[in-house]
Amino acid sequence: MPTLRDIKRRIKAVHSTSKITKAMKMVAASKFRKAQQRMFEMRPYADRMSAVLSSLAGGAESEIHPLLSVRPRKNVDIIVLTSDRGLCGAFNSNILRVASKHISNLKKEGFEVNVSAIGRKAVDYFKRRNVPLKKSWTGISGRISYANAQEIAADIIERYTNETTDEIILAYNEFKSVAAQKVVVTRLLPLASIEATAETLPVFNFIYEPSKEDIFNNLLPKNVEIQIFRALLESQASEEAARMSAMENATKAANDMINSLTLQYNKARQASITKELMDIVGGVEALKG
Amino acid sequence: MAEGKLLLEIVTPYGLVTSEEVDEVTAAGSEGEFGVLPGHVPYVTTLKIGMLICKKGNETKFFFVNWGYAEVGAEKVLILADSAERSDGIDVERAKEAMKRAEERLKKAEDIDFHRAETSLERAATRIQISQMRIPK
Repeated sequence: MPTLRDIKRRIKAVHSTSKITKAMKMVAASKFRKAQQRMFEMRPYADRMSAVLSSLAGGAESEIHPLLSVRPRKNVDIIVLTSDRGLCGAFNSNILRVASKHISNLKKEGFEVNVSAIGRKAVDYFKRRNVPLKKSWTGISGRISYANAQEIAADIIERYTNETTDEIILAYNEFKSVAAQKVVVTRLLPLASIEATAETLPVFNFIYEPSKEDIFNNLLPKNVEIQIFRALLESQASEEAARMSAMENATKAANDMINSLTLQYNKARQASITKELMDIVGGVEALKG
Repeated sequence: MAEGKLLLEIVTPYGLVTSEEVDEVTAAGSEGEFGVLPGHVPYVTTLKIGMLICKKGNETKFFFVNWGYAEVGAEKVLILADSAERSDGIDVERAKEAMKRAEERLKKAEDIDFHRAETSLERAATRIQISQMRIPK
């Protein structure tokens, strides 16, 4: 039976924990709003970009640009996008679980798999499991800029163009709603959207200026950048949303704990008062006798 | 969509700048300025740093467009720009500062990314120029 003082100390400790989680929730909420706004601002651009690409691709041959060429798959790159910081519920473990499964499936099918990681959590995870990382980027989440996406895109475009790899897959958390994030495993290269829509769209005879090659040279790498940028922003918004609900749950749990501890405290106090009274009454009775 | 109109859309990674029906669009393509009227043939071009003018009735609007692509169809003009602003939304102070910085960097020469400094100088100068544009009376 813990003493009164022990219980009181615990209540105090839990209370200060709940203060921290509450504050973290508020911080996450404000960061989330910012991230969400950026994500929404980004969406029309990304949508238009893929629309332009698919209407152009109707008249494009795959030889026109290395990024459009589809090779037989042998080497597969997978990029895993997580956060740098923890305390965001199952956000990181979800994505790492799905990614690991994906990697082992690919390996079973006989592909050569190279793993890259974005975010400290992914880097640590793969290091612990002795998975060699081709490339890792950390310190991005929190202040994502377009330059980050450009850097990552430049790297994977190079790897794809010099045929180090035949396919590049990105695993990230897509933002569904504040309460739900969905792990998405999507193919970045070869450009999937084009391939899928090439047959269904009418072929326009576009006039290209300066030239078709120049446009594609410009547009295709840009599209990769945009897709990565979008994934970064989605992941950021998901992370903050996940942290928000994780911290809310933590605050709730702390409050529940305070309640049950307070009950315990009151019971113990009552018990000690009763015991003291019994002592006094017992003493009085003894004196009477 | 009204007959004989163009739908002008300017989007950047930072949001939709405009989406409106206009009569005429003039923009700075990498190969020179081009004008678009309704019924234009499908046309794709890269854009350079420059001005985009759109006319709707008697109203004329100016936009600053920083790199990008234009996809032109019979009844729409889609601009995908790295950044873009309406002439009255340009932060002139910021542009002036950027211009100063770029000029200083160019003066110092050596050890700098010449191309980058030049581009930011051009960007700033164009921004300032466009911010001063008024509808010709």
